[in-house]
Amino acid sequence: MNNEELRDKRREFLKTSALVAGGVMLNGVAFANGGAHSSVDDTIKIALIGCGGRGTGAAFQALSTKQNLKLVAMADAFSDRLEGAYKEISDKFGVKVDVPKERRFVGFDAYKKAIALADVVILATPPGFRPSHFEEAVNQSKHVFMEKPVAVDSPGIRKVLAAAEIAKTKKLNVVVGLQRRYQNNYRDVIKRIQDGAIGDITGGQVYWNSGGVWVKPREVNQTEMEYQMRNWYYFNWLCGDHIVEQHVHNIDIANWVKNAYPVSVQGTGSRAWRTGKDYGEIYDNHSVELTYADGSVINSQCRHFEGIDNRVDESFHGTKGRVFLSAGNEGRLYDTKNKLIYNYSSKVNPNPYQTEHDELFAAIAKGEYKFWDAERGAKSCMTAIIGRYATYSGKTIKWDDALKADNSLFPDELSWTAKPKLLPDANGLYPIPTPGQTKVI
Amino acid sequence: MKVKLSLLVPLAFLAVQTTLAQEKPASYKQQLEGTKLSFDMVAIPGGEFIMGSKKGNADEQPVHKVKVAPFWMSSYEVIWDNYEPFLYKDYEAAHSTAPIPKNVDAITRPTKPYLDMTFGMGKEGQPALAMTHYNAIQYCKWLYARTGVFYRLPTEAEWEYACRAGSVTEYSFGNDGSKLGDYAWFNGNSDGKTHVVGQKKPNAWGLYDMYGNVAEWTYDQYIPDFYASVKGDKANDPVAVPEKLYPNAVRGGAYNDEAKDARSASRLASDPSWKQLDPQIPKSNWWFPEAPFVGMRLVRPVTPPSKEEIEAYYSKAPIKDY
Repeated sequence: MNNEELRDKRREFLKTSALVAGGVMLNGVAFANGGAHSSVDDTIKIALIGCGGRGTGAAFQALSTKQNLKLVAMADAFSDRLEGAYKEISDKFGVKVDVPKERRFVGFDAYKKAIALADVVILATPPGFRPSHFEEAVNQSKHVFMEKPVAVDSPGIRKVLAAAEIAKTKKLNVVVGLQRRYQNNYRDVIKRIQDGAIGDITGGQVYWNSGGVWVKPREVNQTEMEYQMRNWYYFNWLCGDHIVEQHVHNIDIANWVKNAYPVSVQGTGSRAWRTGKDYGEIYDNHSVELTYADGSVINSQCRHFEGIDNRVDESFHGTKGRVFLSAGNEGRLYDTKNKLIYNYSSKVNPNPYQTEHDELFAAIAKGEYKFWDAERGAKSCMTAIIGRYATYSGKTIKWDDALKADNSLFPDELSWTAKPKLLPDANGLYPIPTPGQTKVI
Repeated sequence: MKVKLSLLVPLAFLAVQTTLAQEKPASYKQQLEGTKLSFDMVAIPGGEFIMGSKKGNADEQPVHKVKVAPFWMSSYEVIWDNYEPFLYKDYEAAHSTAPIPKNVDAITRPTKPYLDMTFGMGKEGQPALAMTHYNAIQYCKWLYARTGVFYRLPTEAEWEYACRAGSVTEYSFGNDGSKLGDYAWFNGNSDGKTHVVGQKKPNAWGLYDMYGNVAEWTYDQYIPDFYASVKGDKANDPVAVPEKLYPNAVRGGAYNDEAKDARSASRLASDPSWKQLDPQIPKSNWWFPEAPFVGMRLVRPVTPPSKEEIEAYYSKAPIKDY
């Protein structure tokens, strides 16, 4: 079903439901979502591509919106992840889940079959797959919710940007899971900044300093491909390093506040302590400078260290003051004398992970074209990717040069026996990026 | 009496504990063998008190008489310094002066929080926070493995009894909430954050920060009208054993609470919304990304339960959370 057809159906649905709603109100009966009035046609069919914890979470949020949704297809590279997610989702949502065995697709090409069966797709695999999955969804004219990051290297970003253009011409709603964009404290305070509350932004600091993530020990009889897929966080063709996978959230805030993307990036990083063979190739710390066209510089810092001071938030300095923001629903503006001039405060703090789905599916249900997040999501991911290029190479990397780079990290072949590009040595250790030696673009 | 408890081996400790129970317990310092870490435990005599408040909220009533057996309570809220070796096994190894014993190594650790769980409020000497009820109990299990001593969460009754320290007023220092700043970090003086423990005045029994700083987990399920059922035998060490994931009772108020919500009898109920910023399903059993105001304090009963009961206390499987 293409977008126009979907929209027509939505309009029909609205007319029908308005009539029924009127009748129901006369009878004094609550107007239930879905329920007896609905025909088969008014259901929005969704497919989940990528059935890990986040994909399952995203499916929960989609199915928790007020719209009439049905999960009709699921896809994952791993059968165990898919079946686990299927159980969680059907236990919770019952009849909203209609995914018989023949619509549970397993393997590297499973996404194509699942996408074909839905009106809206949720893309939540490890980010290395996102460009090809997004491209396929757009080619098949589907609305999209896709998790961040949307790519891990320059060719991937270019693919997403190209598909984003096609999505615009097809009027396909696309939401990217940079959920701070859907969180009230950020929306409120950044609007104030853009209205001039602290003048022009001249600098800032953004942080994701935390303790790191999970490790899945290597199992006997696992192929290298399966090992890397299970431990995707530690391999750049899948993850992009934590500067991309996590810190993109804070870097995206920098770009949002600046209303621009950096022209160049330089920085430093290393594997300071997370050096064992369980940790693939990624660094455990990056510190980079994002330089914008107006000469302003925003410092970004991310690290996975244990037991020391952590920090996940954003600060910016303007000609008339400064701002502090965090995902803990904080947002404070100060003048140049450090006097608090605005403190975001709300008794109700809606869950931004829910809000992004509420808004997306409300638009789709009404046949509205309201969301085109793919381009800005891709450009913030590109910013983080350039950060990685900078720390791995030790060079100052220009945006335009980076975006053009022909440096795909993706394997030449996808199968459980195929070899990823990066392989361990005899001791199980992977080659580690080394500034001055590693070529990034 | 000074007992070097850290030398007790788990098999022998039950017998020794029985001896202890017959003596008048004394306060002591618990060393964590093989580390430089320790914490102080204050002896709380057994006794009777009136639980709840006639002037308080509906869930603090009816006021009723409760009898509590003697126990020790940690003089301070559990601080990050003592909590992080449980959270991060590598960190524990790096900060130990001796190899980590096998039974300690085998303890299940929390998932690494992907956010900064200090929320920018600071760490050294400041209370550990945002852990779930399950996490708090698993921390006690780690302490048990490390020390051989049964540490657990206070019951609501034990918490309020210890907080009152013999007082019958709204606060242990009287009814005047305007004096709370001498005893507590609350929204009137906290600058919106937690502080290093033990800087304010203690109560009459030597317990610090019972009000404010972080609110503290109790073991109990939060049942708003529970007090109406506490009669007869049930008034001896009453406890609402938790069977559901939510809500559990949290006590003492926190740095972000008003004085009226940080009284001896004030009760707070844990809530699923404390986990809404967790984007994964199933949600973490370990963390409340939106509850930076919840921490914990330890209790050790003078008469410990049997080894089987201890194992059962620690081994309740986490209830799955959506």
